[in-house]
Amino acid sequence: MNEQTLQKLKDGGELFSPGHRACIGCVEVLAVRQVCKALGKDTIIANATGCMEIVSSPLPTTNWMVPWIHTLFENTAAVASGIEAGLRAMKRKNRGPKQDVNVVAMGGDGATCDIGFQALSGAMERGHNFINVCFDNEAYMNTGIQRSSATPFGATTTTSPTGKNSIGQVTWKKDMPAIAAAHNIPYVATACPSYASDLAKKVKKAQETKGPSYLHIYSVCPTGWRSKPEMGIELGRMAVETGIFPLYEVENGQWRLTKTVKELKPIRDYIKAQGRFRHLTDDLIDEIQTKVTEKYEALLKKCGQ
Amino acid sequence: MSKRVGTEASFAIADAAILADVDVVAAYPITPQTHIVEHLSEVVADGELNAEFICVESEHSAMSACLGSAAAGARTFTATAGQGLELMHEVLYIASSMRLPIVMAVSNRALSGPLNVWGDHSDVMATRDCGWIQYFTENAQEVFDLSLCAFKIAEDPNVLFPVMVHMDGFNVSHVVEPLEMLEKDDIGDFIPPMNFPHPLDPNKPVTMGAFAPPVLYTECRKSQEEALRPSKQTIIKVWNEFGERFGRQYKPVETYKTEDADTLLIAIGSFTETATVAVDTLRAKGEKVGLVRMRLWRPFPFDELRDAVKDAEKLIVFDRCISYGGPGGPLCSEIKSALYGSKEQKPVVNFIGGLGGRDITPEQFEQMFSRGREIIDNNLDIQYETIGVRE
Ligand SMILES: Cc1ncc(C[n+]2csc(CCOP(=O)(O)OP(=O)(O)O)c2C)c(N)n1
Ligand code: SF4
Ligand SMILES: [Mg+2]
Repeated sequence: MNEQTLQKLKDGGELFSPGHRACIGCVEVLAVRQVCKALGKDTIIANATGCMEIVSSPLPTTNWMVPWIHTLFENTAAVASGIEAGLRAMKRKNRGPKQDVNVVAMGGDGATCDIGFQALSGAMERGHNFINVCFDNEAYMNTGIQRSSATPFGATTTTSPTGKNSIGQVTWKKDMPAIAAAHNIPYVATACPSYASDLAKKVKKAQETKGPSYLHIYSVCPTGWRSKPEMGIELGRMAVETGIFPLYEVENGQWRLTKTVKELKPIRDYIKAQGRFRHLTDDLIDEIQTKVTEKYEALLKKCGQ
Repeated sequence: MSKRVGTEASFAIADAAILADVDVVAAYPITPQTHIVEHLSEVVADGELNAEFICVESEHSAMSACLGSAAAGARTFTATAGQGLELMHEVLYIASSMRLPIVMAVSNRALSGPLNVWGDHSDVMATRDCGWIQYFTENAQEVFDLSLCAFKIAEDPNVLFPVMVHMDGFNVSHVVEPLEMLEKDDIGDFIPPMNFPHPLDPNKPVTMGAFAPPVLYTECRKSQEEALRPSKQTIIKVWNEFGERFGRQYKPVETYKTEDADTLLIAIGSFTETATVAVDTLRAKGEKVGLVRMRLWRPFPFDELRDAVKDAEKLIVFDRCISYGGPGGPLCSEIKSALYGSKEQKPVVNFIGGLGGRDITPEQFEQMFSRGREIIDNNLDIQYETIGVRE
């Protein structure tokens, strides 16, 4: 992304308005705003139940300046399928909006990787022309920080608590972008709001893609992660630079790193900055470090590096 | 010109969808609804129906895709049965609260367990309070006619509610019958173009599905209820217009030989046709018996029911569903509560049978008639009796 595009993003109107009720320092809501800006106004959004839905739409108010629909927690990809098919059928019959419309399904990691997994898989497999955006804050935040399949190993949540017999979450994060890519859809990418122009570029690519696209966006949640509200952007950088959340895209089956990190930073600082990992012993941190390095190397291989 | 054809009720639905020029069908197969989806996907594949057929991966997604499509302003149709209807359950409430005019055919089926693919009313009754308009059909002709009417009713600006058209699984859905099929020329402007008032459209953004805190939720629910109740007037108006244009008349509560009857059988769904045979036999024996066929289920036709039973002394209600641990069959409960405290309050007995595809014969309706009168005449304290069960 160049200066020009950045300038355009800065100048372009906001499509997610201020005045929402997200917590101080919420990066998920920043990600929503960045995504909306990049999408532009010819967009229809289907939103899953979750933090972003709740903070933006208490009746009779709304923060959405694009057409927006929330129905349930686990069905957004199916709702988006219906919108896309409806627009297509109506266009053939000279009804509905004349312009090309971005149909977007969005939800949290719970909505995407867990309860809405089947609906999403179905919609990607059927090849609808839509963009699915997962805002991954690594737990069910809206309902009070319960674990999801995207919660990282070792994190404490209210349903993976630490205790005499527990170190918190004992499973490794589900690799959702790889699962999306396994559907052989034309475009999959990870993104992080700390890298705003990279994120915007990926949204644009998804927009230009005919068929399903999947964007997985890292979304720092100071409330759930017990991190300092002012640290969100920095934590995002650390996640990328440590290799915990690498930025890459899979375009027509070709894997490519979009942000190469010459030498991965150790994960210790990242872990130490978050209360959810406070209980981890050095041994456990080493175990996580080993896994992160392994996974990153496997990713490099996929990217042909 | 309309033509007389022999066809299966399930196939007749696709013809209704073609006449209504449906835009989107999203459906998932389940017995005994499979013939409906198969035939719909055929007519789309053949170009007879200019629609998108979304072959979803579950009924939950079928109804969810219907939400999206209807919210975008497209005319939307689906069909299901039994477990499929239950899997849709939470989505049904969204469709009605968002006032999306989706039309759905339901081939009524028993619920597991044990697994059973045959007909009864367990599925319908479990979705009684989901806020949809719901009515029953008893044969292929009614399925065809009333599916067509469903689009006109659902999309009427005074209604804007989704409509379920019920037919008994197999007993109606799979029966090949002669019927009068209407054609494009006959239909004329009976079904006006779809014109959903506030669709999802970037040229005029709307927010749909904002959440309601306690200070607003009650008002939302109340206004939905106040919109659903008077939809009965539009339903009747549409059925009357259908009758005037095409010669077949439908009513919220249909009656058969009730004029001078002292005892009435009351049922819902296709077994009412069996019951007419019993009524004829009993009449031949000199019994003053009639039959009330409930057609409209939601909104419940209170006035029409009270009017239909006003001259009778004893009511015998037949249900194809058990309300476990409850007062008996759901139809009977509703009839009792509709009459309780009204001028028409009178003794009511309840029989339950025909579960999971078990047949009910005319003789069994005769049995219900005599046993029902015995229960009432002797004032027996019996909640309900099961008909045709092996002890
Ligand atoms: C069927 C159903 N089950 C459970 C819930 C409760 N629920 C609402 S939002 C939510 C968690 C959302 O988590 P996620 O998708 O990660 O979004 P976040 O709030 O973290 O942004 C849960 C469990 C629900 N609304 N519907
Ligand atoms: S709980 Fe987390 S994700 Fe939700 S609004 Fe607060 S900071 Fe944002
Ligand atoms: Mg989450």
